[in-house]
Amino acid sequence: MTSSAHKPSFTTDRSRLIKDRLAQFGISAGGVMVLVALLLIFFYLLYVVQPIFESVRVEKRAEVELTDATKYVGIGVEEQTEVAYLLSKDGVVDFYQVSGNTVGQHLEQVQTTLDGQVTSFAQSAPHVGLYAYGLDNGQVQLVKPSFLVTFPNNKRLLTPTVRYPLDAQQLVVDEQSKAIAKFTFAHTDEKTSVVALTADKRVLFSAFFKEENMFTGEVEWLSERVELEVDGRVDELLISPDSSRTFVRSANQIYIFDTRDVTEIEQIQVLAANEENANLTAMNLLAGANSLMLANDNGEVSQWFEVNTSEGRLFTKIRAFEGTKKSTMSLHSEYYRRSFFTTTNQGDLGVFYTTSEATLWKGKISEGAIAKFAISPRANAAVVLADDKLMLIDIHNEHPEVTWSALWQEVWYEGYPEPDYVWQSTSASDDFESKFSLVPISFGTIKAAMYAMLFAVPIALAAAIYTAYFMSSELRRVVKPTVEIMEALPTVILGFLAGLWLAPLIEEHLPAIIAILLLLPLGILVAALAWTKLPENFRHSVPEGSHAILLIPVVLFIGWISFSMSEVLELWFFDGNVRKYLTNELGLTFDQRNSLVVGIAMGFAVIPTIFSIAEDAVFSVPKHLSNGSLALGATQWQTLVRVVLLTASPGIFSAVMMGLGRAVGETMIVLMATGNTPIMDWSIFQGMRTLAANIAVEMPESEVGSSHYRILFLAAFVLFLFTFIFNTVAEFVRQQLREKYSSM
Amino acid sequence: MVRQWFKSGSPWIWMTGGAVSISLISVIGLLAMIAWRGLSFFWPSEVVQFEMESAKGKHTVIGEIYDRELVPTSRLKLAGLDTSNIQSENVERLLVKTGNREYVDLDFRWILETDIKAATKPEALAVFERTKNGNFYAYVERVIENGESVTDQPIERLYELVDRAVDLNDEALSLQNGEIGHINYELERLRLKERSYALDNALTDERVAELAAAREALRKNYEVYEAQLFELRKAAKRDQVVVRDMRGEEVTLPLYQVLDVWFPNDMNFFQKLGHYLVQIGKFVGDDPREANTEGGVFPAIFGTVFMVMLMAVIVTPFGVVAAIYLHEYAAKNAVTKMIRIAVINLAGVPSIVYGVFGLGFFVYMLGGSIDELFYPEASPSPVFGTPGVIWSALTLAILTLPVVIVSTEEGLSRIPSAVRHGSLALGATKAETLWRIVVPMASPAIMTGLILAVARAAGEVAPLMLVGVVKMAPTLPIDGNFPFVHLDRKFMHLGFHIYDVGFQSPNVEAARPLVYATAFLLVAVIVALNITAIGIRNHLREKFRSLEH
Repeated sequence: MTSSAHKPSFTTDRSRLIKDRLAQFGISAGGVMVLVALLLIFFYLLYVVQPIFESVRVEKRAEVELTDATKYVGIGVEEQTEVAYLLSKDGVVDFYQVSGNTVGQHLEQVQTTLDGQVTSFAQSAPHVGLYAYGLDNGQVQLVKPSFLVTFPNNKRLLTPTVRYPLDAQQLVVDEQSKAIAKFTFAHTDEKTSVVALTADKRVLFSAFFKEENMFTGEVEWLSERVELEVDGRVDELLISPDSSRTFVRSANQIYIFDTRDVTEIEQIQVLAANEENANLTAMNLLAGANSLMLANDNGEVSQWFEVNTSEGRLFTKIRAFEGTKKSTMSLHSEYYRRSFFTTTNQGDLGVFYTTSEATLWKGKISEGAIAKFAISPRANAAVVLADDKLMLIDIHNEHPEVTWSALWQEVWYEGYPEPDYVWQSTSASDDFESKFSLVPISFGTIKAAMYAMLFAVPIALAAAIYTAYFMSSELRRVVKPTVEIMEALPTVILGFLAGLWLAPLIEEHLPAIIAILLLLPLGILVAALAWTKLPENFRHSVPEGSHAILLIPVVLFIGWISFSMSEVLELWFFDGNVRKYLTNELGLTFDQRNSLVVGIAMGFAVIPTIFSIAEDAVFSVPKHLSNGSLALGATQWQTLVRVVLLTASPGIFSAVMMGLGRAVGETMIVLMATGNTPIMDWSIFQGMRTLAANIAVEMPESEVGSSHYRILFLAAFVLFLFTFIFNTVAEFVRQQLREKYSSM
Repeated sequence: MVRQWFKSGSPWIWMTGGAVSISLISVIGLLAMIAWRGLSFFWPSEVVQFEMESAKGKHTVIGEIYDRELVPTSRLKLAGLDTSNIQSENVERLLVKTGNREYVDLDFRWILETDIKAATKPEALAVFERTKNGNFYAYVERVIENGESVTDQPIERLYELVDRAVDLNDEALSLQNGEIGHINYELERLRLKERSYALDNALTDERVAELAAAREALRKNYEVYEAQLFELRKAAKRDQVVVRDMRGEEVTLPLYQVLDVWFPNDMNFFQKLGHYLVQIGKFVGDDPREANTEGGVFPAIFGTVFMVMLMAVIVTPFGVVAAIYLHEYAAKNAVTKMIRIAVINLAGVPSIVYGVFGLGFFVYMLGGSIDELFYPEASPSPVFGTPGVIWSALTLAILTLPVVIVSTEEGLSRIPSAVRHGSLALGATKAETLWRIVVPMASPAIMTGLILAVARAAGEVAPLMLVGVVKMAPTLPIDGNFPFVHLDRKFMHLGFHIYDVGFQSPNVEAARPLVYATAFLLVAVIVALNITAIGIRNHLREKFRSLEH
């Protein structure tokens, strides 16, 4: 280095420049990464949510020409939608390949064993997957097209067969052996029920029970038969899969019977169910068998279910859908969801969802009439018999239950007395009607945030103003970090204390809490007044700006007094038992984990956020402004209110916004300090369920890609947007303020 | 006069001052309460024998006094209790932890002061800490060693025998988790290897034989260890102690279930202190027992620390680079403004949203793709396509990114520009100035940011519930099996431990002190981290203030 042989050189090593460039590029890329991260979150959430708003698509996948399509009376498709089957009127079941390379291949033909001539045909509810032939000897044979799955050479192979759920035993429906003209049936492991119209116009309800002889192991069939009374001709018969309700349609009249118990069958209602100036053309049960769907010849489809009325539980019209006009419609329901399909004699298909009141798709799928239609078990395809062809159509209908109205408006759910906002996402049964109203949980979020802000804003702002404006700087250096430490306190600990310590404490000493609320401001005023009465020398010996320290014993004393007076107060004002008083006198229910607990606990979590930002805003108001005001003779308080706060108000606003953002998204405190019931009630003594807590509770159990999963993502997206708006506005205001100050 | 006083605004100043007092009282009170409840749990409390006499007759209650409160007599009457012998308006009642869970209905019971005829603290009362069913309070009657009663100084012998059983149990456990666990792990790896050969159509006879041989070797090893394990267990089961409990009945406690025994009424202060420290040591160093409601929290501490460290490794470079960009490179334009808003928003987005994002993006999308590409043999059980410690660390890294950025940027802005100009004037490039001058000077600020990020991450629970935390992890993310660090494993976390034990456990009353202890541990760590960070920051400010003048 010290050698003087080197001449000073002003050219730079190229590699250093390249390094410099690279560093600049790398660091800039790193900086932009932050933006990318935020956008990634935004778009990823959107990407997951988006499919629920996709419209339904219907596409033709395969077509098989049939020689004689008119002979077929039943149709169906297996779960993977690889093989479709057709049941003919003489008991033959044909299996056709409908996907893969060998589309249209006739795989198998099975003749079912029938002991008589076929006179009628019926099929069970879709998820049961049974078909039945009614015979001329008054008997019924149940058949089930099924598939054996084997894996020879690691390849899946389906072997179609026909099975008989009753071990090829035919059911004797009519003991007089009259031909069966029309019938319907329900089959469970315990019981098989058949409702049949015989050739001599009797409507018979018969139930069959299988009984195994304990000693011999022989299976014996027990049966009971009852004749149902129906006036006029019988057009259609329908029975619920658990055989609890039987519906008989006679022109526009629907006779409803309670057939739960064969010995106590009673007619519970006769409905004149047609729309004005219209006649009924078809009826069907929705999945879950609670709703009866009726098609009218003016194109309207109406939904009816049992509702508690003054005259007992009666079928009531709930809503109507606009089907296809000027045609004869048939109705088809899905296996588990509340979707239904209309097909017409002119080749039109309609896809609807009842809960969300959605008309999902309407269009023409064939030239001629749609003779037969069946939805696949996974509801992603349907087989159609039309134009002498067997067609397989793909139906992309993943999330029919989610629409704007289902999420945000009142919906009349099955079994509910009136339309309501309900969040109930899961249940044990498959055919449960999911209730996805975001209203109760959004309401809970707002309620929790509001109570928290009610508690936090006055304390945090007052404390911030005092700390920034009145407090001595030595004290401020201790107080500010102490309050800010609270921000670092894990919310799980606040939640745990709220749930297990504060909630029982409040329940026990409710009068004390109310007393503290009233006595604290009063006590502080009294203490302040008392202070002015103290000798001057003593007052002057205490440094300026230490009110907060002087008041600590006062606050502690008031707290102690309130708690020790709690029981006396309870006796005086609430007849010795607050909870009873609230319930009996005021009609309020009291949950132990209620909004008051959440408000206090979450208020605690929000105080430091608001305090910190508001304190900064007040503190950074230029000193010459307040000095000028004081010099002109204003008091400290006047200067504060008229000059300092006015100048700092945007900063204070931004602090409140930040606090609100935090309160809206807080999870653990709400999760632990409330009962998490999605109710809609402003009462301070009841709990709530918030968006964030709802996600935390339900996300781990929701199935990936399901509507539930996507709705939870939607909830997260809503939270994201909420806080994005709050934070952006707050930050914007703060930047404006900073510029304003710097120009002052 | 009062009117004038009001007009002066002075009362309002007092009111704002009152708000500060309330905030201070609540912060300090909260911390003090957690500390008191958390720490007092380990102190060996005295065991009291109550002679009770009520309408139902006489009986004895032995236990620790847990809590006491005053209740109005009227309420007891409402609850259906016989209050004929109580004259006063209020009556004191005690919550007593009676233990002996398998012999009494409830291990906590309320007793009325008025029913107590006598309360004594006999020195011979022993407390047994057990692996199952919680504590046992009783008098020692006999110590049975190897089937025979010990006659010579039975209590001293009891201590030795308890230590012996504990040692044997520890040995058995380490054998089970160590060697035998290793064999199981190897067997699983062999299965995956076989499956992966099969998937590649490369499962030749030679390889099948190889695998079979490896399996056979492992099985032989296993048999040896298994025999050892049974031997140890049998040896541990040798001794018993016969005690008399509060019902006056003799109960035989097998010593292999006893972890510790002490006589709290017979201890002096220093013995108690020693016991206290040992209990704290056990809490920090032991595994949890009885569905997490007893024992220690070591796996939770380990999981928390490991995840947080992993997160720190990920977040630091990104945070620092982003801060340097914002402070040193970014032009004053719309993009910079947007990036600043993004930083603020990342800090403000609710943590649960990060959890949802982490679950969808990291776990299912990224993890699912990794599984498809690299672990086809493990399917259908996922490796990375399921919540795990790496995904938790990544999720929390995004969550804490703004903390590092803000702190680092503050540090950068405190460095006087004269220092930069000096370096540039001497011919250094901008990158060199940054690397050699600015970043070293800002390193305490980076450290501060990192500490704050770690403190934030250690306390976050909501997102972790979705991306990797479990109530009970059978194995730690680091162990002796290749590849030693298992980033795909689920882990335990102190914060989630609090939530789980406090709210999901069947016996909340019994678990509560443990939750307070865990909460204290977590709070202590986080407050300590924050105070350190604030200290470093203040020190830094002072340092650069002197540089400026």
